[in-house]
Amino acid sequence: MTEAAWSQVRLHVVTGKGGTGKSTVAAALALALASHGRNVLLCEVEGRQGIARMFDVDPLPYAERRIATGLPSDDGDQHAGVVHALHIDPESALLEYLAMYYKLGRAGRALDRFGVIEFATTIAPGVRDVLLTGKVFEAVQRNSRNRGAQRYDAVVLDAPPTGRIAQFLNVSGELAGLAKVGPIKSQSDTMMTLFRSPRTAVHLVTVLEEMPVQETVDGIAELHANGLPVGGVVVNRVRPRDIADADLVATRSAGLDKEALREDLEAAGVDATKTLVDGLAAEARDHAERRALEDAQRAVVAQIEAPSYELPLLAGGIDLGGLYDLAARLREQGMA
Amino acid sequence: MAAARPARPRVGPLAARPGAAPSLDVDALLDDRTTGIIVCCGSGGVGKTTTSAALALRAAERGRKVVVLTIDPARRLAQAMGIQQLDNTPRPVTGVDAAAGGSLDAMMLDMKRTFDEVVESQASPEKAQQILENPFYIALSSSFAGTQEYMAMEKLGQIHADAQRDGSYDLIVVDTPPSRSALDFLDAPERLSSFLDGRFIRLMLTPAKGPARLMSAGFGIVTNALTKVLGGQVLRDVQTFVAALDTVFGGFRARAQKTYALLQADGTAFLVVAAPEPDALREAAYFVERLGEDRMPLAGLVVNRASPAPRGRLSADEAMAAAARLRKRNPTSLTAGLLRLHADRVRTTEREATLRDRFAAAHPHVATAVVPALPTDVHDLKGLRRVGALLAKG
Repeated sequence: MTEAAWSQVRLHVVTGKGGTGKSTVAAALALALASHGRNVLLCEVEGRQGIARMFDVDPLPYAERRIATGLPSDDGDQHAGVVHALHIDPESALLEYLAMYYKLGRAGRALDRFGVIEFATTIAPGVRDVLLTGKVFEAVQRNSRNRGAQRYDAVVLDAPPTGRIAQFLNVSGELAGLAKVGPIKSQSDTMMTLFRSPRTAVHLVTVLEEMPVQETVDGIAELHANGLPVGGVVVNRVRPRDIADADLVATRSAGLDKEALREDLEAAGVDATKTLVDGLAAEARDHAERRALEDAQRAVVAQIEAPSYELPLLAGGIDLGGLYDLAARLREQGMA
Repeated sequence: MAAARPARPRVGPLAARPGAAPSLDVDALLDDRTTGIIVCCGSGGVGKTTTSAALALRAAERGRKVVVLTIDPARRLAQAMGIQQLDNTPRPVTGVDAAAGGSLDAMMLDMKRTFDEVVESQASPEKAQQILENPFYIALSSSFAGTQEYMAMEKLGQIHADAQRDGSYDLIVVDTPPSRSALDFLDAPERLSSFLDGRFIRLMLTPAKGPARLMSAGFGIVTNALTKVLGGQVLRDVQTFVAALDTVFGGFRARAQKTYALLQADGTAFLVVAAPEPDALREAAYFVERLGEDRMPLAGLVVNRASPAPRGRLSADEAMAAAARLRKRNPTSLTAGLLRLHADRVRTTEREATLRDRFAAAHPHVATAVVPALPTDVHDLKGLRRVGALLAKG
């Protein structure tokens, strides 16, 4: 395996249209990155507790927890890394921030009592996003001066959906109307420097359907416009491809040779009833139609100037084993 | 087809199971003249917009005068319905079969504009201008968590009031915003009004000097801290904003309560939309429970994107074994490929059926319609008709 494409990246932001499986991909990527003793932090910011469900652990607090051992690599990797998880909520992030930078212990609690924390995190323009991204930034930037804190080789962020991602990461833009000078302004500028650097990559998850692919294309244009680094495109839930293209074309145009199908089934010892033969022929037609649609969308994805990775549709659904399976496939394709 | 709806005979792994949900009769719902509002809700990415549009079109072609309020339709679907322009007014959809005497209008919600209109209707022009220009209002009206939901409800209230007055529509179909959680939109009016009622806002409205001494000790700490973090200008902006908004307070609350009551009324029917995935069904379950708690009328559950049931009785294991035998002789055997696909499909439908059964076990009275996934995307009226027919077949 050659050096992974994103080995310089410390912050992997995973976004995608709702329903495309971005949380699953973020989790699989975290597992894939955690080899050779590397520590990876997987963060979620949308209050869904999706990480806890995927890894089958209790709901996560606002604290970093060890949740899984990474996927070992096959080069005799003796020490797979560790995946930690963090559920970031804006209220806790704000209190921590005030305590850390302004030593507002008591006043911070007073703010909470007076509903200021609620106000700041629900309405003040962009503050909510800044708090969420600020905590992620802190986790990425930790260094040896910060004693006792866990340090990470990579941070994976299960981010808001594509439609909101540029706004979410463009913290200084969001704050522009609010704080033109002062400490918040300079902190958000420092954050932007990281988010716009090659140490960050924004990966987009899609499925091979028209709307999610279109949204991916639009999302990439928006990221570019905001100077944010586009990572890879992860094509999720790809249908199995074990029927030859020529056969698909034939199926679409002429329909299936049912007699040959019946003979094959009999030869394989299957009771080839008419229902079964007709059913398989109908499934073939359906599959051919979907594959044609997928191919059309795959061609659109191929036009995008970003490396793409494919993950299969898992018929059994996603469980912890499924996550490791997907992690292995991401690594095979050089994403981690 | 018989008029009564006997359980359709099913074969294979989906054959009727004990505890399976009752089926949802979509046509009966659409044809019932007392149904005045249908709200489609569910978590993001489950096909709410398509479902709402398909229901609206089907109702229109069955003779109802329908308007569909969508939030964020796919570009081509929006074009097909003639609503790619955001202008916050319903427009007639062309190509609808009006033989049964029905009609279909559609509109796409412009959240900020709806909010601006509320402010303009509630405040004097001068005051309204002051509010509309405040940076906090701009944030509130374009990005406050819940604004979109609240505005969808606001627009529903407006259209409903207009329709009552001039009889323009007898059915309103509402698509809800792609919230991170299906519950957001029910909470939105409450959240907005409790926010406007919050202690902080009240404090901001209190003159700096005067009879506010009781709270001033704690409040001094608060304002000092805020000034330290944000700077004085921001604090002044907040105060202006809050003072300006205070004048339109009552109006906001009254409207939110009216819309909430409208949602509880008999003429409203909620449809919870889900995909056969654990997360989407979990959201759907929360939503069903929440609707019950709030005494909102639930019509049923729509499970979109179901894998079509395989025909024949060949199990996944048998199919895989037969495929392996065929591959031994011919590694590129088409039949082997088909058998593998069949095995995947059997497994997927079994998993989905299990998920639905669990839902039905916890919520046995929720009528359910299962809509198979279409091989191609829906982006025209023909596609919507097809979805509508599948919904009705349930």
